[in-house]
Amino acid sequence: MRAYTPKDDVQAKSYYTDRFYVSPQVAKQDVSSDEVFAADLEAIKAKFEVLEAYIQVEQMVVYINAKDNVDVIKLVKEELDYTQLSEMSAIDWIAKSGQFEIFYQMLSMGKRKRIRIKCFIGKDEAINSVEKLFRSADWSEREMYDMFGIEVNNHPFLKRILMPYDWEGYPLLKTYPLEGDEFAAWYEVDKIYGKEARDIIGPEIRDTARVDRYDSERFGRLGHEVPKGTKITGNEPKTPLAYQEEGGVFMIDRFDEEKSVIITDRNR
Amino acid sequence: MAQHKVNYTQNAGLPVALTTIDKVVNWGRSNSIWALTYGLACCGIEMMASGASRYDFDRYGTIFRASPRQADVMIVAGTLTKKHAEFIKRLYDQMTEPRWVISMGSCANTGGMFNTYATVQGVDRIIPVDLYLPGCAPRPETLQYGVMLLQKKIRAEKAIKSQKTKRLM
Repeated sequence: MRAYTPKDDVQAKSYYTDRFYVSPQVAKQDVSSDEVFAADLEAIKAKFEVLEAYIQVEQMVVYINAKDNVDVIKLVKEELDYTQLSEMSAIDWIAKSGQFEIFYQMLSMGKRKRIRIKCFIGKDEAINSVEKLFRSADWSEREMYDMFGIEVNNHPFLKRILMPYDWEGYPLLKTYPLEGDEFAAWYEVDKIYGKEARDIIGPEIRDTARVDRYDSERFGRLGHEVPKGTKITGNEPKTPLAYQEEGGVFMIDRFDEEKSVIITDRNR
Repeated sequence: MAQHKVNYTQNAGLPVALTTIDKVVNWGRSNSIWALTYGLACCGIEMMASGASRYDFDRYGTIFRASPRQADVMIVAGTLTKKHAEFIKRLYDQMTEPRWVISMGSCANTGGMFNTYATVQGVDRIIPVDLYLPGCAPRPETLQYGVMLLQKKIRAEKAIKSQKTKRLM
């Protein structure tokens, strides 16, 4: 049961204070509680230094040194039957410890088990590519470079994959604003029309709730339509919804509700 | 035409209709609005539904074309990313004049819920827009009504004049 907290002033208080919500951790079990994982961990420990290992949500998490990553994944793939690299990317912990956490999510179809190999690298360090072991790492490592700016050694084609090639900044860093920096805000204007067009086009309107009822340039007034650019006085006559002009259209019959026949018998 | 038994003298009629050039040109333009297929996201599904048999865009003369050189109207259906912005401008520039743009759905109008670094906050920052359709995504009925409004707008224009080039700036 959840611990009791007084809720009489809960509306008055700010209920969301952390900029980045830190979720509570799921309970961790010792690796010895699962014999398949225990044997796997022993095989890794025999050759490489393991910093930490535990089982969380039925998956084993193994922390290794960043310099061992290719060799550990080779061992795990070739000797321990984890034949698929289902996902890999990085986590930005720069504010906390000045490091990136890189994870490799591995799947064994034979054992029906998943393990996660993790390692830390410093802010300006590079990681070795596992693309020679898993082709799927090709695009994942490019994405990691695109989103975090982590450089990957020995990668065949390390280029941005999601953002444009001439983009500046790494969007998944926690220091990167969600709405983009100045470069992002003016990217398309600068690229298509040039920097001198900024004054003419104007800044982006980021307020999604912005409605100006006196602005007839940007906002339609459904049922009270006026021509674009008209000054709104508030006394605009109601205009009925019409599909055609009053005078009718050349060679086209105007729809007349009076003359039309409404069929009510569905089985006629 | 004797074999078809057309009586031209009936209804005080010769097979002649008198009208102005404006009207006949605008009649042609407004009833054959060929649209450039520009489905960028989920609005594109609604646009495709409008073109399919249930809603039947063909009866408006709206036929989707895969080339900007054959299209009169660009229906921007979906989220425009900043990476794609230069291509929409290039395709718009390739369309022959007179040309029109329908911005379909919240994302194309204002960026919608994607208030992020990667989304253009409204296609009207890149190309001039004639018609904004609200909705997320708009129903095919909305797009049909939008096309009818565009037809109305085309019919209100002077057909015979030097085409005023629409530029954002």
